[in-house]
Amino acid sequence: MSNKEKLPETTAMLADILKSYPPKVARKRSKSMVVNDPETIPEIQANVRTIPGIITQRGCCYAGCKGVVLGPTRDIVNITHGPIGCGFYSWLTRRNQTRPDADGENYMPYCFSTDMQDDNIVFGGEKKLKLAIQEAYDLFHPKAIAVFSTCPVGLIGDDVHAAAKEMKEKFGDCNVFAFSCEGYKGVSQSAGHHIANNQIFKHVIGRNSKKVKGKFKINMLGEYNIGGDAFELERILEKCGITLVSTFSGNSTITKFEQAHMADLNTVMCHRSINYVADMLEKKYGIPWIKVNFIGAEASAKSLRKIAQYFDDEELKNKVEEVIAEEMAEVTAVAAAVKPRTEGKLAMMFVGGSRAHHYQELFSEIGMKTIAAGYEFAHRDDYEGRRVIPNIQVDADSRNIEELHIEADAKEYLARKTPEELAKLEKEGFTFHDYEGMMAEMAKGTLVIDDISHHEMEKLIEAYKPAVFCAGIKEKYCVQKMGVPLKQLHSYDYSGPYAGFQGAINFYKEIDRMAGSKVWSLIRPPWQNSPELFAEMADA
Amino acid sequence: MRKIAIYGKGGIGKSTTTQNTVAGLAEMGKKVMVVGCDPKADSTRLLLGGLAQKTVLDTLREEGEDIDLEDIVKPGYGGTRCVESGGPEPGVGCAGRGIITSITMLEQLGAYNADKQLDYAFYDVLGDVVCGGFAMPIRDGKAQEIYIVVSGEMMAMYAANNICKGIVKYADTGGVRLGGLICNSRKVDNEKEMIQQFAKQLGTQMIHFVPRENMVQRAEINRKTVIDYEPTHPQADEYRTLARNIENNQMFVIPKPLEIEELEKLLIDFGIV
Repeated sequence: MSNKEKLPETTAMLADILKSYPPKVARKRSKSMVVNDPETIPEIQANVRTIPGIITQRGCCYAGCKGVVLGPTRDIVNITHGPIGCGFYSWLTRRNQTRPDADGENYMPYCFSTDMQDDNIVFGGEKKLKLAIQEAYDLFHPKAIAVFSTCPVGLIGDDVHAAAKEMKEKFGDCNVFAFSCEGYKGVSQSAGHHIANNQIFKHVIGRNSKKVKGKFKINMLGEYNIGGDAFELERILEKCGITLVSTFSGNSTITKFEQAHMADLNTVMCHRSINYVADMLEKKYGIPWIKVNFIGAEASAKSLRKIAQYFDDEELKNKVEEVIAEEMAEVTAVAAAVKPRTEGKLAMMFVGGSRAHHYQELFSEIGMKTIAAGYEFAHRDDYEGRRVIPNIQVDADSRNIEELHIEADAKEYLARKTPEELAKLEKEGFTFHDYEGMMAEMAKGTLVIDDISHHEMEKLIEAYKPAVFCAGIKEKYCVQKMGVPLKQLHSYDYSGPYAGFQGAINFYKEIDRMAGSKVWSLIRPPWQNSPELFAEMADA
Repeated sequence: MRKIAIYGKGGIGKSTTTQNTVAGLAEMGKKVMVVGCDPKADSTRLLLGGLAQKTVLDTLREEGEDIDLEDIVKPGYGGTRCVESGGPEPGVGCAGRGIITSITMLEQLGAYNADKQLDYAFYDVLGDVVCGGFAMPIRDGKAQEIYIVVSGEMMAMYAANNICKGIVKYADTGGVRLGGLICNSRKVDNEKEMIQQFAKQLGTQMIHFVPRENMVQRAEINRKTVIDYEPTHPQADEYRTLARNIENNQMFVIPKPLEIEELEKLLIDFGIV
């Protein structure tokens, strides 16, 4: 559809979508669907239980813990304690890449599971778990082994933490820890992120206080190296002379996790999945955190400038400007070549807990407009900004998840900036431990929908016929059958990286190719448009 | 073949009552199989003269899938066939799931087939119907008749009432019916009258009142049922009567569980003299 045609007005659109629901469902869903106004930022309902039968995009707690946060780690042997499916179907599906060190340690090509059988359910699975940990240790002698609980483990009450502790003490040279991330916990994978954050903080971070060389030392939190994103960011940071101490958890190592407290700044990419670690690192070690976004060339430049401003070093500031200028030359050229074909086209994205926000940057750089967006598992703060956190009602589903009480470390706490320095930065417009959320950056009148249902998705596509729809594998083929190309933002299909400057170039070209393809107009076979024969049901 | 499950509060005397009653049926010439559904595996001790029984789940674990019925079914007093489903040690695993596995295994092995010429199969189930596993015998028509062992103590009646709720739940799908309450006396005030009234309100009957008698304990110490240990003792006749009442029972109902207020009123009416 060309944009000159009049698009349905969004408020009316929402009313139309809700029409098909039973009253109770309509009431609940209406709170999760709002027309945006970046000035006032309306309240949106998020992180609440999915309505059964609605066809949600969401995953489970185990997926968030094992799949998202720990999945990209290469030198931790990640063992799924449960029946084989949970381990197998969460193995490498997000296309997290990694680049092993000279030691060659890389367990990502392996899928470890205790493969629980009926017998282990009846008699308990702890013995089998300990055998599995022992077997992994004997085979690989890894630095760390992590254990992930699946639903049946929680039901029969296997004490995975006791098993992990026992094996850790037995080995002496291998850190073994476990996650109570049973799939049924919480309302989405978000619960699993929190559980992962807690255990990583308790069992890993701070174990190695060896000094890290470098003048400007940062951690990158919430970057999972999908399609090689982390490689591109590593390249850029290195070029700027910024030392990356640790990434959580794309292309990461356990040693770097252990040294994370040696950095002087935490930069947060995916706020939803990792903000807990950022907060805890600040409380315990005095490292401030800032929200960054390396999805989009302009956003990347802005994030680099923010980092340079934080370190308040002229040399770094100059170097960053030099790198940006150098990188942007190619980016601008590609964007300019693509833009005449993409300008004014519509995009929709329903994915993740930060991606649906970040990718809007990339689309706007080639002139595309995001008409509707939403997250799968985000909380209100990811939409409305962290200022709403005190007003978020904590429900029973969230209370189920442990909240760690963190205090400043007697030995290791070191305020990275004096109060005067912080005040100066804040005066310059710098905001610490803050995230403004998706809605502040979306245009007035656009649609924001949390935990979108299949019905809502179809209605939106029918009404707006976007040039590109971004979601995941579960939505991909349904959307494509409607004649709209779908870009997977969980796995990037077979492409990437999309982060940083080179990533932006890849994305522009990819979207140009997808949105410009004629193939989608051929989805409906000609005989459906102009059938040679007609028939009608005879009256009975 | 009649398939009967015995339920009741933990410690009420289900296993003792079941085995003594089964001994009565065996004496009448009936062919009976007893399936113990308790991880402790002590439901057939009095019929076998000891605990030397390898459970279905132990056998399954050690032998794998390839097991013979004779590996798990042991002959006991009066030609009874005794099975213990077994289960995990206290505090680990899932005993309920174990019972499901074990009963399915028995079916696959043909333990109930016509060639076994059984008159009765008894399921002796642990405690209350705490989860789906323990409800297994009353699901899918695995047991058609339920007898609840109860006494005049409040918690025993509470448990009995709860078990009735379980029966109602599966009455339509599995076809299970309540055959009656067996009162295993604790010498509570007005016990017999109270349980009779309780049974009436549930829509069932008190099928027998088994008086409290130390002979039961003495026989148990000797790993025997009363009928086996002291056949001429009056208590042996009580179990014979119970066995006969079950044999002749015609009253099978879907119970009407009581509201808590009704149950408490019953206790007040009969309990406070």
